[in-house]
Amino acid sequence: MIHSPFIRKPASVQQVMFTVLLALVPGIAAYVWQIGAGILVNLAIATVTALAAEALMLRIRGRPVGLSLGDLSAVVTAWLVALCFPSIVPWWLTVLGVLVAIVPAKHLYGGLGQNPFNPAMAAYCTMIVAYPALMSQWPPVGELGFAAQLDLILGGARDLDAITAATPLDALRTGLRMEGANVATLLEQNRTAFGVLGGRGWEWVALGYLAGGLFLLARGVITWHMPAAFIAALAVISGAFWLAHPEQFAPPLFHLASGGAMLGAFFIVTDPVSGATTPRGKLLFAAGVALVAYLIRNFGAYPEGIAFAVLLMNMCVPLVDMKTQPRVFGHRGEKS
Amino acid sequence: MKALRRLFDFHGGVKPESGKSMSTTSPIRPVPLPARLVVPLGQSAGDAAIPLVSVGQKVLKGERIGGANGKVSAAVHAPTSGTVVEIGTATMPHPSGLAAPAISIEPDGLDRWADLEPVNLRATPADQLRDLARDAGLVGLGGAVFPTHLKLHPGREGHTHTLIINGAECEPYITCDDLLMRERAAGVVRGAAIMRELLQADHVVVGIEDNKPEAIAAMQAAAAQAGTGVEVVAIPTRYPAGGAKQLIRVLTGIEVPYGERSTDYGVQCFNVGTAYALHQAFDQGIPLLSRVVTVSGNVERPGNYEVLIGTPMEHVVALAGPRPDSNRYIMGGPMMGLAMPRLDVPVVKATNAILVGSPTLFAPPPPEQACIRCGECARACPADLQPFELYWFSRARNFGKAQEYNLFDCIECGCCAYVCPSHIPLVDYYRFAKSEIWAREREKAAADQARERFEFRNFRQEREKEEKAAKLAAKAAETHAKLGEGAAPAPAAEDDPKKALIAAALARAKAQKDAVTPKNTEGLSAETRAEIADIDKRRAEAGLTGATAAGEAAPPAPDDKPAATTRDA
Repeated sequence: MIHSPFIRKPASVQQVMFTVLLALVPGIAAYVWQIGAGILVNLAIATVTALAAEALMLRIRGRPVGLSLGDLSAVVTAWLVALCFPSIVPWWLTVLGVLVAIVPAKHLYGGLGQNPFNPAMAAYCTMIVAYPALMSQWPPVGELGFAAQLDLILGGARDLDAITAATPLDALRTGLRMEGANVATLLEQNRTAFGVLGGRGWEWVALGYLAGGLFLLARGVITWHMPAAFIAALAVISGAFWLAHPEQFAPPLFHLASGGAMLGAFFIVTDPVSGATTPRGKLLFAAGVALVAYLIRNFGAYPEGIAFAVLLMNMCVPLVDMKTQPRVFGHRGEKS
Repeated sequence: MKALRRLFDFHGGVKPESGKSMSTTSPIRPVPLPARLVVPLGQSAGDAAIPLVSVGQKVLKGERIGGANGKVSAAVHAPTSGTVVEIGTATMPHPSGLAAPAISIEPDGLDRWADLEPVNLRATPADQLRDLARDAGLVGLGGAVFPTHLKLHPGREGHTHTLIINGAECEPYITCDDLLMRERAAGVVRGAAIMRELLQADHVVVGIEDNKPEAIAAMQAAAAQAGTGVEVVAIPTRYPAGGAKQLIRVLTGIEVPYGERSTDYGVQCFNVGTAYALHQAFDQGIPLLSRVVTVSGNVERPGNYEVLIGTPMEHVVALAGPRPDSNRYIMGGPMMGLAMPRLDVPVVKATNAILVGSPTLFAPPPPEQACIRCGECARACPADLQPFELYWFSRARNFGKAQEYNLFDCIECGCCAYVCPSHIPLVDYYRFAKSEIWAREREKAAADQARERFEFRNFRQEREKEEKAAKLAAKAAETHAKLGEGAAPAPAAEDDPKKALIAAALARAKAQKDAVTPKNTEGLSAETRAEIADIDKRRAEAGLTGATAAGEAAPPAPDDKPAATTRDA
């Protein structure tokens, strides 16, 4: 016999995941338009790998393969891995990354809903530590045709200087190491590379992610807390440093528009499984990610720090959730 | 005219499709007398009534056939005139399908009334009025069936700030309160006025969800005509706005915590049906014999029926014409209703609706998937809980943690399960956790009692031992004195009590050793003994053992031979 409630909102995990995939489309479209169609190949490789790995793991774990494979969560992970990797990494790197995300990061912890770490970020961190060179070779904007990108993905010879470009974050970081370097002049001199906001071409991709993120908000798949706290915290901390030493630190807009900030704000920190869940916890979590990411960008060993920041904050989630439980109806703030 | 009342908001809630319009097209319809009425004795949230009639006795419509049993109880009445044919047990309208005491009446078809005695409100003291409400069988008709007379007390301060009449009716499909307010608004308002007197209420507010404009208009007109200062307020439609706590919050801003009474916060809340029933009982002398029941869902003629308490549900459902593919019957609404194990169960005072389901309507949910902690449930929870956390804890049987996260503040409204994209039957997990916790608390209480008894027995035996030793010592001293060894009486006298003390200490040590040494059933732990006692009790209740009353069977039988023997030796 079934028990109440006898009616249910027409919603499913599959629907939620599909909406996330849909929300990624504007960003992907901008990616293809500005950077090249190579990303599509990577997305395809990632998707196939993820589904195969997911099916295998479900089978090994004795779970219903069809039901869980159909929830599309593996596809979301795959797309996020592909989008945060450079789009010209050799195919096996994508495969490895996705395998890390699906097998240890997700299924060895108990599968969907059980993973304490964001699978895509776990994959990114593992790969950037294991293959720092390959993971730092980003395609130059508008200079590499699809054939060339495909060749690289399939394992073609890499003449690094000719085919890759530093990301704006990397370029700024390297530039500032030079004697007498200054943010304003660096940005001015490299207008072609840095674009208006934070990297020519990449700005559009960021805008695409922003559009997709707003769509997720409108559909109620994510709440405002995480993106707002992430963006606000990143703006505040970068603004503070920038105001104090404008010659050494990039302005807030640059930080928001470059690297994985927008993808992170709407698609990465908002992962419900590995993130905080209470309203106040979400604010803390996302702000924490932004803070740590900024510190790594400016003072750490890597040009982009969102992935490490997410994993670090993932570790704090149980504590954050425990300490930010909302007041229960009728209770008078006896709990913090 | 007063300014518009300020309304407050409550967190969460859901807006399911209302499904109400199909059952509001026709007025409340009568139901022909069934062949037999089965009136359960337990129709209040408290103790079952005591039968006042005997088999074969002729009863009149409105005659009291069951009297309130103690404070938390209410009377039951003959819904029509006829003959009492059985006083036994009958299957109750509950998913368990368990049977409970009930009185069966075969109607004589004449519907002859007993003498009705309207109450003179002015001349009757309040206490007596409450007793009259109890004897009229009045209970909360919103579904909780809490005895009304217990709620008709003004709070500690001798008066109530706000009396709330609940006409929200937030559950989808149910329209019995809607129709009652449309058709009998004057009676509802009158009932509210009587309640106001008894509660010494400063304000009376009727809260109605704004999806019932006809009911709001009818109630406003009736309130204006009565001129008793009853305020009719439209509140936003959002389930569960009709939950007493949510409605109190919406209308007054007050949050009544779990386990506390709204009276202590100066608020009291009654369902519109209860107000109408009070009006009938006091102004016309008609006890609670019938109620309005919505029959809706997979039926040809959904609508509302005036149903005598005790009418078999199938009798009522047949009038609405269930479609051939009907396979499910729910008492109450789709959010909180109870699935009926069968349809020959009686309509009771708690039956506000009978919903008929099919393979597509009120169907079982799709298979359960993994929780992705999306937090939809937390956003829907009107108690501001984190339902998914409670789910994890309940699932892991981590009941302590579940309680720490305020499991018992859950009102089982079903919002969380309604929105869950993983189709997890969340409320089932909470019900499971709650019942496990209750069971453990009962077990613990039983074990505590057993331990206390066991410890007292040890204490008693020790005391007896000491008394015996003392007696022996005294006797020895006497013997010494008689022997008349005058030279050294003192040391001997000193010596003997010492010996006695040593003997007593040895006996104590032995007793303790016996207590912990396993010796077939005698040396069992307190828990096991409690368990045995529990089993004996159940046996006794089931009539398996004749004389073994629970109390006597509890822990150590006083005359456990072997242990006593060793100690005496």
